[in-house]
Amino acid sequence: MNKSVCLYFQVHQPTRLRTYRFFDIGKDSHYYDDFANRTILKRIAKNCYLPMNELLLKAIKASKGKLRLAFSISGSALEQFDRYAPEIIESFKALAATGKVEFLCETYYHSLSSLASPSEFQHQVLKHKAAIEKYFGVTPVTFRNTELIYSDDIARQVYDLGFKTILTEGARHIMAWQSANYIYSAASKSAVRLLLRNYGLSDDIAFRFSDKGWNEWPLTADKFAQWLADAEGEIVNLFMDYETFGEHQPADSGIFDFMQALPAAVLAKDMEFVTPSQAVRKIKPVAELEVPDPISWADEERDLSAWLGNELQQEAFNKLYRLSEKLALVGDADLWADFGHLQESDHLYYMCTKFFSDGEIHKRFSPYATPYEAFINYMNVLSDFIIRVNYAEQQN
Amino acid sequence: MRVLMFGWEFPPHIAGGLGTACEGIVKGLAHNGVQTLFVMPHASGDEDQSATTILDASDVAVANVSNTVEEFINKVKFMYVDSNIVPYVDPDEYFDAIEKMRREGLTQTTVGFGQKFNFSGKYGANLMEEVSRYAQVGGTIAMQHQDEFDLIHAHDWLTYLAGIAAKELTGKPLVVHVHATSYDRGDEKHIDTRVLDIETRGMQAADRVVTVSDLTRNIVINKYGIDPAKVVTVHNAVDFSGRENIEVERGVKDKVVTFLGRITFQKGPEYFIDAAAKVLKRTKNVRFVMAGSGDMMNRAIRQVARLGIADRFHFTGFLRGAEVQKMFALSDVYIMPSVSEPFGISPLEAMRTGVPSIISHQSGAAEVLKYALKVDFWDVDALADDIYALVSYPALTSFASKQGYDEVNDLKWNGATAKLKKVYESLL
Repeated sequence: MNKSVCLYFQVHQPTRLRTYRFFDIGKDSHYYDDFANRTILKRIAKNCYLPMNELLLKAIKASKGKLRLAFSISGSALEQFDRYAPEIIESFKALAATGKVEFLCETYYHSLSSLASPSEFQHQVLKHKAAIEKYFGVTPVTFRNTELIYSDDIARQVYDLGFKTILTEGARHIMAWQSANYIYSAASKSAVRLLLRNYGLSDDIAFRFSDKGWNEWPLTADKFAQWLADAEGEIVNLFMDYETFGEHQPADSGIFDFMQALPAAVLAKDMEFVTPSQAVRKIKPVAELEVPDPISWADEERDLSAWLGNELQQEAFNKLYRLSEKLALVGDADLWADFGHLQESDHLYYMCTKFFSDGEIHKRFSPYATPYEAFINYMNVLSDFIIRVNYAEQQN
Repeated sequence: MRVLMFGWEFPPHIAGGLGTACEGIVKGLAHNGVQTLFVMPHASGDEDQSATTILDASDVAVANVSNTVEEFINKVKFMYVDSNIVPYVDPDEYFDAIEKMRREGLTQTTVGFGQKFNFSGKYGANLMEEVSRYAQVGGTIAMQHQDEFDLIHAHDWLTYLAGIAAKELTGKPLVVHVHATSYDRGDEKHIDTRVLDIETRGMQAADRVVTVSDLTRNIVINKYGIDPAKVVTVHNAVDFSGRENIEVERGVKDKVVTFLGRITFQKGPEYFIDAAAKVLKRTKNVRFVMAGSGDMMNRAIRQVARLGIADRFHFTGFLRGAEVQKMFALSDVYIMPSVSEPFGISPLEAMRTGVPSIISHQSGAAEVLKYALKVDFWDVDALADDIYALVSYPALTSFASKQGYDEVNDLKWNGATAKLKKVYESLL
């Protein structure tokens, strides 16, 4: 059996909050920095989404359909595309039309709801599923949770929502001596198949590609394809943020040329590209994987500490999800939409205080100068939101 | 390694933060194996000399450079200060004379016994006079002890002339330590040019200029025109050893937000008051305290009255010693909105007491305190927002309090002086 290579790219844009002072609480309930959101999205569309989609479309055609890959596009990102750059949706539709691209399901708001509330989690998964059906005319059958967060408990919930394949991280502390380059099944639900990210090879592209201090720099498609061929196991899962291409790794690093050359280089070494749903049909699981505590693809720890590692984050998280029940009773569409956007995991990520290890990465992705500013701004917004929820509840 | 150090004050009798910093520095240096001979204008005898040897300049007879340097002696002899009791030359003449002496190749000078100066060691009206006398005594001491030190270290402009004199007479390298500059003391139009002149000469004469923050380093480079290559930042630290936490009984259940320091332009009191008014518009369970005194106090009181918040905004006047500790213990939030602050040790004191602090980006302390909240001094909205958050969101308060406590306990002089020692080593 030929070795399989599974490419999956995450597409997400947070709904950034505006500077929301405490004077605004109770007075102004528009929470979002529309200008920043539009400006950033336009920039990324130009640097990444549009050129990369075009590159992949051509590459799929050039490979005669042998290049296959998967995307997961968060609902928050889809909303921004719709509002500020609908041409991005059109270009994803063109990719969908090739039939070689699988669209995955996730929580609509790229949230941590899987850790907070089963009912909210279910609501967001189904909402996202419906959005993918609406935009791309396909029904997703594979699930990836926000930041690849996964545990035995989440596997059960996801199975109950009708998915039998889940993508997660090949975290070292879970894998021990085992390799991420096989298919596993969930210990809590043996019908669920797991695809595990090969973080070494994924990060060679996502983080190290343009690092001139790296002893493998410059990375060529042939060299990388050889590494894939040399890797033990049956499948190499290359999972990364789509913004890697043209944003995190700028165009002048040669990242586009690399990606253009990669499919042929891989195919030339008798490997084949598979989508996640093809992978689990083709490859049998080798073992069960037990994950009692949630893992993720973030930072060195590969745990939840980037979002829930300090008491600021826990406070914001708890205060937010405490509103779930009241909201269910109120059933107001505007409130639901704000509730969703406030759940985006990015808001918690900005409050991370792991200054010394991964702090630099966090800083790069944060619109705030410090975690304190992120927390204060978020709590001000949340304070206003709580007032609105309480008011709506009284009106009922 | 041995260092001749010129200071102006040393605990327990101190008027400013300079003495406290000097004590931390000599103790830290001792820990790092560096001996110091600490010269100060007027010692009281109750200074802790476990880490350094203190030389009282008031005990030292001035350098009547004798024998072959007739002209110089004459100059010293015939220049008299108003009282006609003590010899006096102004710093320029003093150095001109030394320079002339050097030009004439008279490197062999001997020190005779002459008049002693009786320094006040305070910051009084005759400060300039004391500074120039201190320079002469400094030169004398350097000569008398020239076999007992490897380099010279002078703290702030008050001692720069002494440092220069010591360098001129012994040829040993000079480090000047900038704890504050004229640009931090007043707005640019009202800078004392005599002080500015001494600062500039000290920095120019120095082989290395040590600054207490990058903020101050930039001032030294940009405003004084000093070569960046010889300006090094060694951030201040703080010594909390022997400090006991004091318990206080609180009279009000409201949150207390405190400003503590001189009420002067540089400390940004008006921004604190404006922010207080904004917070009080939204929440009533908070009180504001302005502790200290200064030339802007009356203006501050008028501002509070005009804003109609006097029932929630209190002035304590000048606090000393234990009262300061008590004020910190009574506080829930500490604010230092300084317009220009070379370092600013007070937020460290507050955080040591577990009080979360908001400090301006325009303070040197902001460069080292990760767990203080930071705003631009002029951004009253952001300051108000941070105050509101700290009195309204308990998770933030407890996080900032705990992390801040740990953080300031780690800012030790042993680490800072290890860096200082490296600076010394680069000169030997």
